[in-house]
Amino acid sequence: MTGSRQYILERVRSAKKDMLASTDTTVADNRLQAHATNLIPKRGNLNKDARITLFIKEAEKVNSSVVRIGAVDQIPQEVARFLKEANIPPKIKLAPKLKNLPWSTTLLEVASGIAVGDDAVGVTSAFAGVAETGTLVTHSGPETPTTLNFLPLTNIAIIEAGKIYGDYEQAIAQLRAQGQGSRDPREYMPRTLNFITGPSRSADIEQTLLLGAHGPQRLHIIIVDDELP
Amino acid sequence: MKPTSHNFRDNTNAALANPTLQAALGKLTRGFPVKRLEAAARLPEFEGLRDQARDIKNHVLANLDFYLEQFEARVTNWGGEVHWAKDADEARQQILDICRRVDAKTVTKSKSMIGEEIAINEFLENNGIEPIETDLGEYIIQLRKEPPSHIIAPAIHLSKEQVAETFFEAHKDLPEDRSLEEPRALLEEAREKLREKFIGADVGLTGANMLIAETGSNVLVTNEGNADLTYSLPRVHIVIASLEKIVPTLEDAATILRVLARSATGQEMSVYTTFCSGPKRPGDLDGPDEYHVILLDNGRTDLLGTEFQEMLRCIRCGACLNHCPIYKSIGGHAYGWVYSGPMGAVLIPSLIGLDEASHLPNASTLCGKCESVCPMRIPLPRMLRAWRRQQFVRKQSSSLSRFALTLWARMVKTPALYRFVNRHAMRILGRLGRKSGRFAWLPLAGGWTSRRDFPAPPGKTFMDLYRDGKGRAP
Repeated sequence: MTGSRQYILERVRSAKKDMLASTDTTVADNRLQAHATNLIPKRGNLNKDARITLFIKEAEKVNSSVVRIGAVDQIPQEVARFLKEANIPPKIKLAPKLKNLPWSTTLLEVASGIAVGDDAVGVTSAFAGVAETGTLVTHSGPETPTTLNFLPLTNIAIIEAGKIYGDYEQAIAQLRAQGQGSRDPREYMPRTLNFITGPSRSADIEQTLLLGAHGPQRLHIIIVDDELP
Repeated sequence: MKPTSHNFRDNTNAALANPTLQAALGKLTRGFPVKRLEAAARLPEFEGLRDQARDIKNHVLANLDFYLEQFEARVTNWGGEVHWAKDADEARQQILDICRRVDAKTVTKSKSMIGEEIAINEFLENNGIEPIETDLGEYIIQLRKEPPSHIIAPAIHLSKEQVAETFFEAHKDLPEDRSLEEPRALLEEAREKLREKFIGADVGLTGANMLIAETGSNVLVTNEGNADLTYSLPRVHIVIASLEKIVPTLEDAATILRVLARSATGQEMSVYTTFCSGPKRPGDLDGPDEYHVILLDNGRTDLLGTEFQEMLRCIRCGACLNHCPIYKSIGGHAYGWVYSGPMGAVLIPSLIGLDEASHLPNASTLCGKCESVCPMRIPLPRMLRAWRRQQFVRKQSSSLSRFALTLWARMVKTPALYRFVNRHAMRILGRLGRKSGRFAWLPLAGGWTSRRDFPAPPGKTFMDLYRDGKGRAP
C-alpha cells in the first residue's frame, strides 16, 4: 500500500510537469486557509422575516410540512397535534437535547436516545436552516444522534427561527464559528453533518416519485421563535 | 464486470428492438431535461456557478498531489485510515481485508459507480461475504445480476412488472397472492426487506460524491437516505472513491452541490447531503467505530496532463446521458460496461482500452448537447474526436473508412477539386431525387438509408446559390 501511495503521487507529480497550470502549493494552501466563499445566489439574501417565509416556501415545495410557533413550551403540544392529525400512534423517540421540554403536558409516550428498528417517530433538533432550498442542517453529537433523522418513518424536526440562514455558506460559517477561527477541523467539524431537504424519496421504479424510500416518509418542521434551552 | 463494449453493434440492435426499454427511455429523456431547464431558469447564478465549479476542479487537478496528502492527513487526524489503491484488484483486496479483520458476514452498500467499476459485489460474494445494495434501483439490478443502465437511475430500463417478477423470485417468503402491481407496493416490499439488512450489517460501504481536503470528509448525496443508514448503523464505514473526487473546502463543495442536483434531476438540492468525517467521537451516541477511505486510481493518473484530463472534472450527474440523442435511442447497457452516454464514451476507452471500446467514441453525432448541459463544462465532443483521431492514427478503424477519410481529406484540402466534385454530385442527386425529394437507397450510404431516407439536395451547392444571388440574402 505504501508502494501504491508512492506510485500514485509520483504519477500525479510527473503529470503536473505536462500541465500549464501553476504547481506552486502555496496557492493551494492559501486557498485552504482562506476558505473563501464562491458565488452565492442572491435568492437567500433577505431580512429575517422574508428569509423564514422563503424557507417555508422552499421546504413545502419539497414535501415537508412546516408550522411556526412562538414559545419553546408549545413544542410538545404541536408534536402531539401533528401526530394526531396524521393518525400516527403517539409514541416518540427524542434527541436527548429536547429531553427537558414539558412533554408531560401531553399524552405522548416519550423516550430519548438513538433510533432503533421499531421507532416510528423521531423528534430531532436542527443546527441550522437554509432558506435558499428549505434545507435543514443537523449534526451528530452526544445530544443529537444521527440515526434519529433517518430510521423512523416520521421525522419531526425543531429549528429555532434565529438559526434560519439565507444560504449554505452562512450555515457553514456558523459551524466554523464553533471552532473560534481554528484551522483544525477537529474544532468545528462534527462526525456527521447532514443537509436534509424534504422527506426521503425515490423515482427508481418507472420514474414514479414515491416518498419514504428508506428514510422518513414525512418530514414535519417546527419553527420556534424562542431559543431552545 | 466483463465488458461487452466490443459488441456495441449487436447491443444496439437489441436495444432498439426492446419496446420496454424504448418506452422507459422516452419517459426519462422527456422528464429530466425539462426539469433541469426549469431549475436552471430559477437560479440566475446557474451559469456563473458552472464556471466556478469548472474552475474549482481545474485547480484541484493542477494541485492534486497537495490535496490528496492534505486529505489523507485530515482523515488520519480523525482516527480514520486512507488506503491507496492503484487498481481495482488492490481496492477489492483492501476492502476484503477490512471485512475479514472485523469478521463481517454482511455488507450494506449505497450506490457507487466506483463499486461498479471494481465489481466489488461479485468479489465479496466469491469470498463468502454478502453484499447488499440499498439504493432501490441498485437493489433491483443486483437481484437481476445486471449492470446499471444510467448513473443516477440504474434500473431505468425496467418496467414495474419486471421488478415485481424479480421480487417474487428473490423474496422466497412472499405470499403468492401478495399484490406488487403498484410502484408503492414494490417500494414498501424493498423497504421492509432492506430495513433488516441495514440493522444487521457489519460493514457499510459507500461511495463519495466528493472528498473534502480541508476537513478530511466524504460527501454523500442521495434522495432515499440509504447512504445514511449505510454509514450510521454498522460498526465499520468504508468509503470507496476515485482520487479526482477531491475539492478543497466546504465552500467549494457548496458550489458544486448547487449545480449537481439541478443538472441531474432538476431538483434544487437532493434530499440528503451528508459530510462524514472519521469514526464516531467520544460521547457520540451512534456512528461507526472505524472509518476507512479507499482512494482509487485505476487509470485516472493516466489521463492527467493529457487531452483527456478534463474528463476528471466529471461529477457523475448524468445530464449528458439525458440529453444525448444516442443514449436516448439505445440506453445504457448497449455501451457494454458500467458507464454510458457521452461521459461513458469518453471514459470507458481510457479505463478498459480503446481496442475493447472502439465503437464508443463513434457512437455520437457530435451535436454538442452534452457539453452544453455539462455542469462542469467538460468538452465531451472534443474528446470524442480525440479518440477517433487516435483510432485513425493507430489504424484501428476499417481500411475502407480510412481510405474514404484519406480521399475526403485530400479533396477538402483542394478547394477547386472539392467544388467541382460537389457541384456535380449535387446536380446529379438533385435531378435523380427531384420526384420524391428523398432517397430510400444510395450506394455507399447503406448505413444511413437502411433506417431512414436521405433527403434529396436542391441541385445546387451553397456556393452556387451564393454566387447566383450575388452574395445578397434572398
